[in-house]
Amino acid sequence: MMISAQNYGDKMKEYHYTGPVEHKFSPYAFNGGTVLAVAGDDFAIVASDTRLSEGYAIHSRDSPKCYKLTDTTVLGCSGFHGDCLTLTKIIEARLKMYKHSNNKSMTSGAIAAMLSTILYGRRFFPYYVYNIIGGLDEEGRGAVYSFDPVGSYQRDSYKAGGSASAMLQPLLDNQIGFKNMEKVEQVPLSLEKAEQLIKDVFISAAERDVYTGDALKLCIVTKEGIREEIMPLRKD
Amino acid sequence: MALQDVCGFMDYLDEIPPCHHLPNETGSLFKTTSEFETDCPFHFLSPPQQNSGKHGVPSLLSPTFPCLSTHQRPFQLSHGTTTLGFTFQGGVIAAADTRASCKGLICCPISQKIMPIHSHLVVTTSGSGADCMLWERILTREMRLYQLRHRRRLTVNGAAKLLSMMLHPFKGTEVCVAVTLCGWDGEDAKITFQTGMKMGAKVEKTMKQDSHDPIKNNALSSPNSEMMSSTNKQYDQNTLSAIGEHCGPRVCYVCSDGLQLRGEIISVGSGSPYAYAVLDDGWRWEMTVDEAMGLAREAVFRATHWDAYSGNNVDLFHITALGLRRRDREDLKEEYYREKERAKKMIKEREKERQKKEKAELAEEAKDIKSVHGEY
Repeated sequence: MMISAQNYGDKMKEYHYTGPVEHKFSPYAFNGGTVLAVAGDDFAIVASDTRLSEGYAIHSRDSPKCYKLTDTTVLGCSGFHGDCLTLTKIIEARLKMYKHSNNKSMTSGAIAAMLSTILYGRRFFPYYVYNIIGGLDEEGRGAVYSFDPVGSYQRDSYKAGGSASAMLQPLLDNQIGFKNMEKVEQVPLSLEKAEQLIKDVFISAAERDVYTGDALKLCIVTKEGIREEIMPLRKD
Repeated sequence: MALQDVCGFMDYLDEIPPCHHLPNETGSLFKTTSEFETDCPFHFLSPPQQNSGKHGVPSLLSPTFPCLSTHQRPFQLSHGTTTLGFTFQGGVIAAADTRASCKGLICCPISQKIMPIHSHLVVTTSGSGADCMLWERILTREMRLYQLRHRRRLTVNGAAKLLSMMLHPFKGTEVCVAVTLCGWDGEDAKITFQTGMKMGAKVEKTMKQDSHDPIKNNALSSPNSEMMSSTNKQYDQNTLSAIGEHCGPRVCYVCSDGLQLRGEIISVGSGSPYAYAVLDDGWRWEMTVDEAMGLAREAVFRATHWDAYSGNNVDLFHITALGLRRRDREDLKEEYYREKERAKKMIKEREKERQKKEKAELAEEAKDIKSVHGEY
């Protein structure tokens, strides 16, 4: 049955609502940013970009998303910046409480378990934050724990989170996990190679993701401590 | 707090009815350090409530309940899976895929969906990943407490009832937990075996923890040194007699809506229709262990093929009266390639046969024509 131009216009009106529209207040906002963590045999690297954006606007070019928790653990959080700030405040308070009660710092595994229960405590009004913890475990090996917004977590050897995570995760699977390749020699990852890989990966992410860019901050955790490095990225 | 008021979010800590396992009846947000650590950390066990004057009727469905109606979460939680469990003469098989997906993105291709609770019980998870992870921890804790208090393990049906009762306050909220409890019920002291015990790592752990338990100690006091090698054979008369009303393999399904199902075959998740098709076709009570393992693996494999939200690897657990045994995780990618090779081979063979047939027919025709010509 042929639809004339007149009928087609009328039909379209059914799909385009041209009257007043009510928008509900949403307590969440998406502030962008990408976080990445890689664990090696005796090191862990947590990297994040430093752009804070909302919609089409950039609020800040110097807002890194890595937070140092202890001498052996760094937390990277991306998502809604308000929830990131509150969450890190709560975690730091709980770390202090643990240290005062137990006279030692929390280990990476313990921090991960604690973060899981903190996030699940808000199961019905979650923190809109994608967390990745990178650090050294009790034996000095690198550990990465990745979380979902309500507290489900697991230990990985590498993970990307945030706005460009869908682009970066397959690349990491291939380069670090040697997945989807045939007849390849599986060399363990060295610190220098990991650093270079992360820098390359973020440069690529900044090319294709509008919410990622400005600068890259790397926190390298080894048994000597935590070293920070900043590298510029695309500012457009 | 201003944001809280605008959203109309009532902090549940102010509204908790007095209950023995909940903290701090004054409901204050500010706690001293010592209170915080000694109190039960799971104060969220009571869901957000409104109008709960006394131990109340939680009016979760009231229109004034803010959390469910005002704001939509901008992200999805992990869902989508294929898990299954079934009983047969040789015990219980539990199988699951390993893909955790999140609205189109695979968050984790190697998640573990089957968790051992104790030496004779395994739980397969489906639904929201965080909910399942946490509720399993809670269930493990409660079952361990039961075991310590009553000096016997809780049965599978008992565990199902316990989990169902714990999840009941959350009916109607977003908690989404659909688990299959697969295990073996049995009184340890009554079951005696002729062959020695093969101890998996998990079983050993439980035995060490129970060293103070006299019933278990008696059963263990005379182990045979020879390793049990008969896991693949049919059970002998001793074990068959133990399978009765209160002993034997069990599967039970528990859902956060409150549903509890018992049966012989249970499959859960987005890939379950495909798994049911394969299981219904191949299941018999008299199956051998190898047949059962093969059937479970095939069911998961077919489900991962047709369902987009299932895939990657397959995990298999086998539970018998002696405990649980885990098979190595198998990558299904290899199986797909093998299947393709097999299909190619079959096509080639069919082609050859067709050609042979054609040749034979041509030869026959030629003979016929000759004979016809011959007549003239």
